[in-house]
Amino acid sequence: MTRKMPNGIASLPAHRVPTHHLSEELLLDYAAGSCGEAEALIIATHLALCPDCRAVVEACDAVGGALLDEIAPTAVGAGSLEAVLARLDDVTSAVETSPFVAPRGHEDIVVPEPLRSYLATDLKDVAWKPVMRGLDEAAVPICTSPAKSRLMRIGAGVAVPRHTHHGSEMTLVLSGGFSDNRGHFVRGDIAVSDPEVEHRPVADADEDCICFVVTDAPLKLTGPIGRLLNPFVRF
Amino acid sequence: MMLMPFNGRMTEQDQSVPTTNGSEPPLTDLLTAVATSRDRTAFSALFAYFAPRIKAYLLRTGCEAGAAEEIAQEVMITVWRRAETFDASQASASTWVFTIARNKRIDAFRRNRRPEYDPDDPALVPAESISADNRIEVDQAAKRLRAAMNDLPPEQRELLRMAYFDDQPHSAIAEASNLPLGTVKSRIRLALTKLRKGLKEEEE
Repeated sequence: MTRKMPNGIASLPAHRVPTHHLSEELLLDYAAGSCGEAEALIIATHLALCPDCRAVVEACDAVGGALLDEIAPTAVGAGSLEAVLARLDDVTSAVETSPFVAPRGHEDIVVPEPLRSYLATDLKDVAWKPVMRGLDEAAVPICTSPAKSRLMRIGAGVAVPRHTHHGSEMTLVLSGGFSDNRGHFVRGDIAVSDPEVEHRPVADADEDCICFVVTDAPLKLTGPIGRLLNPFVRF
Repeated sequence: MMLMPFNGRMTEQDQSVPTTNGSEPPLTDLLTAVATSRDRTAFSALFAYFAPRIKAYLLRTGCEAGAAEEIAQEVMITVWRRAETFDASQASASTWVFTIARNKRIDAFRRNRRPEYDPDDPALVPAESISADNRIEVDQAAKRLRAAMNDLPPEQRELLRMAYFDDQPHSAIAEASNLPLGTVKSRIRLALTKLRKGLKEEEE
């Protein structure tokens, strides 16, 4: 089941549960709060599209709760409770509200939270920069993270040059789809590549593929021509 | 707020704070009382239970003592403020407080916000089958989880503690514990599988 999308994005599968998931170890890192902001951002955005992985994270949160129960407590300072009680009145009225306001025509939203807030726009207004023929990208600003995060748009039917990775790379499909030796990835699917993975992703023939990509080290092009391009690959 | 990294293991452990052994306060009831009637007595009881645990958690993750005290207070103020959003049919009180403490730690320590999905986002893909959530089931699941945790082999338990308390991803834990990454991954996966089985209704 697909629905028509405005502004060049051909179609969006309606509420399809992804088939390519995150590993339990990465979901545990997310629940424990031990991954960097860029990794947390792509994991959380996948979670918005993947009820299966959300269920794993909920279980991991419950493990965190159980660990909090059994931790040996450390006494808080004398007067700590009084200090907090004295501050409760100041804040009672200031109930935190969710920043999210459903925009008009929200059925057309392609980018889920929390990525949407980082972009401050939906896909149609993204300022793309060409990387090579058929391949554009746009940086996603995350000031506190050493990892690089960006949107990539691979033209319909375009093959990305064959490459491996110096570090790890997470790719979340937002629209369209691509295939590599591991299978077919469409909206909501996430691919995690470590240095052992060498692949040559090819976008589906019928529409552009838009992905959110987080890398913690530069790509390494491995094709005969790609190798010559390595010095120019921007991290 | 100045936050100093805390080097070395936490050693001071105040013995005067009682640990739980069976006689836990009815945390869910207390939290509900705060949410519905702004009950300060209930809040004080929640504080007595959670604040020393949150402080211990923060110290263990590397917070300096003064910052741990300060953030623990912030967490408890957030508990007061957001008590209405606690849903006893979704998570236990301890799980809910853990997520607040974790997020405050990330905000303060890393100076960044924790990216989280928004359950009300129209772009969110909902679960196909809603699991039968209710408060009694959540309580029972929490008990089963604790039992499953007690049954874990010590090395799996220790890895879990490291994963939650040492502020390191599993890849860094492998280095710190001199274990091959594959071993750490498979132990964490094993531990999680057992715990998740514990969380679900008894299927056996």
